[in-house]
Amino acid sequence: MAVEMLSYIDRKSPVHALSGATKLIAFLMWSSAAMLSYDTRVLLVLFVLSIYIFKISQVKIREIGFVLAFILAFLLLNNVAIYIFSPQEGVKIYGTSHVLIEIVSRYNLTLEQLFYQFNITLKYFVVIPAALLFIVTTHPSEFAASLNKIGVNYKIAYSVSLAFRYIPDIQREFRIIAQSQQARGIDLSRNEKVWKRVKNVSTIVFPLILSSLERIEVVSNAMELRGFGKNKKRSWYSEKPFKQRDYITIIIAVLLLVLSLLITFHDGSRFYNPFI
Amino acid sequence: MKKAIIDFKDFSFKYRSQVEPTLVNINLTIYEGERVLIVGPSGSGKSTLAHCINGLVPFSYKGDIEGSLTILDQETKGLDLFSLSKMVGTVLQDPDGQFIGLSVGEDIAFVLENDGVPQEQMNKQVVDVSRLVEMDDHIDTSIHELSGGQKQRVSLGGVLVDKVAILLFDEPLANLDPATGKHAITLIDQVQKETNTTVVIIEHRLEDVLHESVDRIIVMDEGKIVNDTTPDALLVSNVLESSNIREPLYIKALKYANVPLTEEMRPAHITTLDIDACKANLQEWFEHADSAVSRGKTTPVIAVQNLHFGYHRERQILHDISFSIDQGEMVSIVGKNGAGKSTLSRLICGFEKAQSGKILFRGEDITNDTIRQRAERIGMVMQNPNHMISKHIIYDEVALGLVMRGVPKEEIKSRVEKTLKVCGLYPFRNWPISALSFGQKKRVTIASILVLNSEILILDEPTAGQDFRHYTEMMEFLVELNRQGVTILMITHDMHLMLEYTPRAIVIADGRILADDSAVNILSNEEVIAQANLKQTSLLDLAVRADIADPKEFVSRFIAFDKGVRKKWQ
Amino acid sequence: MWKNSLSIKTIVAIGIGAAVFVILSRFVAIPTGIPNTNIQTSYAFLALMAVVFGPIAGGLIGLIGHTLTDAITWGSVWWSWVFVSLFVGFFTGLVSNRINIESGVFGKSQIITFNIVQAIVQFVGWFILAPFLDVLIYAEPASKVFTQGAVAGIFNIITVGIIGTLLLSSYAKTRNKSDSLVKE
Ligand SMILES: Nc1ncnc2c1ncn2[C@@H]1O[C@H](COP(=O)(O)OP(=O)(O)OP(=O)(O)O)[C@@H](O)[C@H]1O
Ligand SMILES: Nc1ncnc2c1ncn2[C@@H]1O[C@H](COP(=O)(O)OP(=O)(O)OP(=O)(O)O)[C@@H](O)[C@H]1O
Ligand SMILES: [Mg+2]
Ligand SMILES: [Mg+2]
Repeated sequence: MAVEMLSYIDRKSPVHALSGATKLIAFLMWSSAAMLSYDTRVLLVLFVLSIYIFKISQVKIREIGFVLAFILAFLLLNNVAIYIFSPQEGVKIYGTSHVLIEIVSRYNLTLEQLFYQFNITLKYFVVIPAALLFIVTTHPSEFAASLNKIGVNYKIAYSVSLAFRYIPDIQREFRIIAQSQQARGIDLSRNEKVWKRVKNVSTIVFPLILSSLERIEVVSNAMELRGFGKNKKRSWYSEKPFKQRDYITIIIAVLLLVLSLLITFHDGSRFYNPFI
Repeated sequence: MKKAIIDFKDFSFKYRSQVEPTLVNINLTIYEGERVLIVGPSGSGKSTLAHCINGLVPFSYKGDIEGSLTILDQETKGLDLFSLSKMVGTVLQDPDGQFIGLSVGEDIAFVLENDGVPQEQMNKQVVDVSRLVEMDDHIDTSIHELSGGQKQRVSLGGVLVDKVAILLFDEPLANLDPATGKHAITLIDQVQKETNTTVVIIEHRLEDVLHESVDRIIVMDEGKIVNDTTPDALLVSNVLESSNIREPLYIKALKYANVPLTEEMRPAHITTLDIDACKANLQEWFEHADSAVSRGKTTPVIAVQNLHFGYHRERQILHDISFSIDQGEMVSIVGKNGAGKSTLSRLICGFEKAQSGKILFRGEDITNDTIRQRAERIGMVMQNPNHMISKHIIYDEVALGLVMRGVPKEEIKSRVEKTLKVCGLYPFRNWPISALSFGQKKRVTIASILVLNSEILILDEPTAGQDFRHYTEMMEFLVELNRQGVTILMITHDMHLMLEYTPRAIVIADGRILADDSAVNILSNEEVIAQANLKQTSLLDLAVRADIADPKEFVSRFIAFDKGVRKKWQ
Repeated sequence: MWKNSLSIKTIVAIGIGAAVFVILSRFVAIPTGIPNTNIQTSYAFLALMAVVFGPIAGGLIGLIGHTLTDAITWGSVWWSWVFVSLFVGFFTGLVSNRINIESGVFGKSQIITFNIVQAIVQFVGWFILAPFLDVLIYAEPASKVFTQGAVAGIFNIITVGIIGTLLLSSYAKTRNKSDSLVKE
């Protein structure tokens, strides 16, 4: 019925036990490493590590299966698109050309291109488990506290919390509005012309937006009546205090980042080149 | 000498967008530790008055203020919203806006977080308060899993956690089932006694609030205070009737029976009422009143067979629901908060697909029809008016369905105007909907469905937030439609409505049909009442206390008589 | 400086605005008939919020809304495009002073100002910034990402031009003018 969305999965695991701030810092370091490096060796090590961490988090593949399917489809499409637009990108980067299959000169399949696209895909495979884990093991209430802890202004951190709080409400409201408009004779099916469809969708989007604006009014009144924003600081009910394991995790994350950058850039290029 | 805590002196307020002031020359003093109830027709300015006390007027809603308002001896104009929020705790009319945290504990802790209270102390206070509002088993429960009544409790907790001098409630009972409403009032009363705070309640359901005693009742009408006295004195006067506020039913019965009511008889509560002084009159009235006439059976128009449904696979909301409604019937569907009443109506209209089971319209299977196809026959007014409103101006909103159906312009105009008159909205027809009070908005949505002339009408809590005059006008209009053959289903928490207007009622508890019987029978069945969170009518209590031989028959006769009286009054 | 200027209303607008952005991105994409290209109503909404609540709200709604949308649908975040949402929200919001939507007036000159600004901002964002960041971060082929950016850009400029303008003018209508309501 409803479109599935990724959300917090409650488990008892070492990953869940970490403070949200720790996970946020570690996640940021991890993704920086994965984004900056094109060194196949670094990426492979990170990938194996991320599989291991995923395992100890006790989150089942099945529970996030729908997202994985999306991502795999995306990666496939992305790879095809890269090949169509730039089939010799690998040759450009690595400077050699080992043709595997001859098609038309521009589209000749080269080992370099395969290796380049393998690396791009690998990069995604390094970031995705970490991101997924961060999302499903950090409780939304704790997330705002973590943002605040790493230095984000608490009011802005709270707005993220509000977003989490209202996504399910607005999703439900959206469905209800759509249904009530259909009951009054608006056709939302695909057999209308584009322009007509735009108009019909507007009859749902407008009330949703207007009622959200009204909601902003009500909620800010309620928050104001309960003393939000009056002090420079605020404490957090669902913040997890820092423990030893948090410090250790952060140190490991920093080390990993420094190490992978050192290995990647020691020869002055972000690419690892096995062809020379 | 009692200490004044809220003091309005010649106070007037005009919203910036209005021409006329909404509050006119208010003089009102509320003393420390008092429990005050404010009643009045919809749009009479009750919420506006509350906003003046908590500071939303003028800090959030702009407008012109005249006169003075002091709270704890400080002029509010000189204060800011923060210092006011330390003195006044408000539970707003809309529970979804009030609830800010993601879980129960977090929401209760919200004020403490803002004050920077350390986590350990915060945890302790949250546990204490959650015990006070009886939510200690649900501290980690997410807001999306709470029933309406539970949300209301958490809202109360969130306000109580900070010691405030004044507690302000804007329609705390609006969406609660009768038993939960009773509980909420008891809870407020208990908290008031323990902490000696001053309590101000705004509520249309007078009889429900009077379940616990209040010190004073203030009656508002068109922005003015028209009465300010004790409950006993108010009930014996006829202020309520002339301000179009519903009197408790037992009071009405006493008046019909010509009992000479005095303050000394303590009529504010059925158990304190001096019954001996009333017995003779009541018994005599009972002898002479006519009994109700029942109607014959007709053909079934809509039937539901073995319906099963859940929003998620793991949790079923409705189990094996079957019933059949005849042409021209008027039926109410009642039951606890979260029992699945709104869900059932959504299934009938095709908003959701049943897992199994059938829905028949005049014997024809419509289970697979689309929302639009069903909407040709079934009109539905949803619980929350904001979900239906999509236009900016009232007239356009009511006309929308007709425009979509391609009705000629002239006909649209006459039908819309007629409906607006019935719903008491004609004077506002060119207003933006955003300038209406909650009750007025609800009426806009009812009008937008009534105008379509459907064969079956389903109304989800049509009378929530309505005052008695609009309630009566609208219900009489529905009765009129019903007489012309329209079948009407009403989902309601209002036991009076069920008794007065719907001969038959279907009770749903925990997703099953618990009873399907005449309204009078259901409201005298203690087992059903307890299981479905309903409430016995005070009429029955009155009849029992007055030693009437057949209390149920007394209730039926009262309703028949009352209808007759009200018809004359229209 | 802007830490103090963040009113509670702005904070709530950012939070709820981001939630609406997520829902619109996920559920209210109108298929155009061309495969894989949808009309994204969420950017029209972003423009409305930016004009009503200003550049900081606009930028943060873009940032938070887009991040959350990516996170709950894909399980990971495409930072290059998220940055563009932030950019678009912020710079569209910068014109809000010139339009002054709260006055309830949204006539021809405001419509033109709004559309020129949104077209320029989105052009820079989608045609230049997004592909540039893609190349920088992911070392993707330039020709591919510039084409992707251009397609997204064209659709978003048109969507905001039509639906955004409609939204703003109906929002303007809900701003009641002072002393305007009388019972008739
Ligand atoms: N924000 C506003 N701007 C302009 N007018 C308003 C506003 N809020 C309320 N009003 C007007 O003030 C009048 C009183 O509204 P208020 O909400 O105080 O009524 P109420 O007595 O609480 O009604 P209800 O029982 O339906 O909640 C209404 O007629 C309404 O049109
Ligand atoms: N869209 C939805 N998605 C998931 N669960 C829902 C949805 N709508 C309602 N529910 C759940 O279904 C149950 C029945 O809800 P429903 O709204 O039908 O109750 P109700 O009898 O109308 O209650 P009330 O008297 O409070 O209006 C509740 O537990 C509610 O939390
Ligand atoms: Mg009100
Ligand atoms: Mg309901």
